[in-house]
Amino acid sequence: MSTATFQIWRGERGNGKFVDYTTEYETGMVVLDVVHKIQGSVANDMAVRWNCKAGKCGSCSAEINGKPRLMCMTRLNQLDLTQPVTIEPMKTFPHVKDLVTDVSWNYEVKKKIQKFTPRKPDAPDGTWRVQQADVDRPQEFRKCIECFLCQDVCHVLRDHRLHDEFIGPRFLIHTAQLEMNPLDTGNRLKALKDDYNIGYCNITKCCTKVCPEEIKITDNGIIPLKERVVDEFYDPLGGLFKMFR
Amino acid sequence: MSSIDVPLKGGSFGTAKFGQTQRKDKWWIEPLLVFLGYALFIVYANYAIINYNCGGRPCYEVPGTGYLSPMFSPLLTRGAPTWWPSYAPFFGTMLILWAPLGFRFTCYYYRGAYYKAWWADPISCAVGEPRKSYWGERKWPLLIQNAHRYFLYFAIIFIFILTYDAWNGLWFDGPAGPRTQFGLGVGSLVLILNPILLGLYTFGCHSFRHLIGGRKDILSTSPVRKSCYDCVSGLNRKHMLWAWISMFYVGFVDLYIRLCAMGVWTDWRIL
Ligand code: SF4
Ligand code: SF4
Ligand code: FES
Ligand code: FES
Repeated sequence: MSTATFQIWRGERGNGKFVDYTTEYETGMVVLDVVHKIQGSVANDMAVRWNCKAGKCGSCSAEINGKPRLMCMTRLNQLDLTQPVTIEPMKTFPHVKDLVTDVSWNYEVKKKIQKFTPRKPDAPDGTWRVQQADVDRPQEFRKCIECFLCQDVCHVLRDHRLHDEFIGPRFLIHTAQLEMNPLDTGNRLKALKDDYNIGYCNITKCCTKVCPEEIKITDNGIIPLKERVVDEFYDPLGGLFKMFR
Repeated sequence: MSSIDVPLKGGSFGTAKFGQTQRKDKWWIEPLLVFLGYALFIVYANYAIINYNCGGRPCYEVPGTGYLSPMFSPLLTRGAPTWWPSYAPFFGTMLILWAPLGFRFTCYYYRGAYYKAWWADPISCAVGEPRKSYWGERKWPLLIQNAHRYFLYFAIIFIFILTYDAWNGLWFDGPAGPRTQFGLGVGSLVLILNPILLGLYTFGCHSFRHLIGGRKDILSTSPVRKSCYDCVSGLNRKHMLWAWISMFYVGFVDLYIRLCAMGVWTDWRIL
């Protein structure tokens, strides 16, 4: 067995420091295994949130060597173990303890977004008929596991702290999922422009880079929404064209 | 809003300083390469626009051939109009170059790339930024980015113009007069590839993808629209690649024609 050093951020409510843990590891281990190993041996009071260890619950988000990632999906062989590996909590949300942050802001944001508003059912039994080709696009966004890593890395939230004005990439694709849904009759374009402030996104694609579900957040979600906002508010010629159609 | 007592503003950890990060990889390589790539093109483009006179002859044409540099196409004028003040420099390309430059400036890929590499906003993901204030694309002047689709319309016209130039590149001076003989030179091939690469870039545009089908929630009822949309989406996935290739290729075509015009390079006739 070989040993490696992990610098884990320990502390409460934003006050704390990196603590070095040198531990043995086996090939095939993921970062969450190491954290559990340390927690089970020398740091019984270390707080870490996790659930599925399969990359599906979105609980174990952290920053490993400075990159937002799921601890349970980061294998040790993806890391350079000749140097200490840093493990920190997400920077964008209020800190609770050690690796745990309070992500409840996200749930508040979600409540602001107009809910799914389906058209009248297509059949008397209250069901709808849709083509797979038409739900391919919203389905990509349904893969989201709400790990909030994209929210964590987005510089509008992380560095500019515009939580009150900007809903962040996770909820932009949530909105895209509703807007592109063939059954939905809602219109969230004005809200996108004025309340969700899609204009804050400068399409620098960090959200796409960190998404563990490999959702093309920017290319398939945010940019198409920006184009729909242009249709509605910034395209005088297009508007004229629509009037005469 | 949050249920615990740490405010979201300011955050629990404070804001990172410029360049501050725990990232261990060489995150600065990508923005550096993008910065240098654009700088190289901008420097060359300026050089090409200013130096259009190659020893009494225009640098954008090759005598005896129908070649025309894409940086000067369409050739609206060869010299300053009579009313133009003589003390002010005149570059005919100014009349046309705003369209392709505006198209690229407002392109979603370029935007993301130059906000990072030229404006450090952010310089790289999860790396601290130099400025505190931030407007994004919400306010002027960056609200102009929303005009991208208008530049797209011009860019599509340019594809046709450059295709016409490629056609002209197949005609050479012959016994019956200038540009009367059909032929093929290496330069002709160089010119033919140009609108193809530009097309792969232009037709993978996000705005084009939206207009061709993305704006509709239901595509299955119009199969033609659906196939167009799928095609454009395919190109769109490689948009970054085509953006770089087509940009440098335009510079290369200009250089090729310039070197021929200067007599440094001799164009090889295949047919
Ligand atoms: S692309 Fe937009 S939403 Fe995504 S991280 Fe960048 S600024 Fe944030
Ligand atoms: S979009 Fe991706 S990164 Fe963002 S919350 Fe969902 S799964 Fe996580
Ligand atoms: S523990 Fe569920 S995603 Fe990592
Ligand atoms: S998005 Fe790049 S050309 Fe339109």
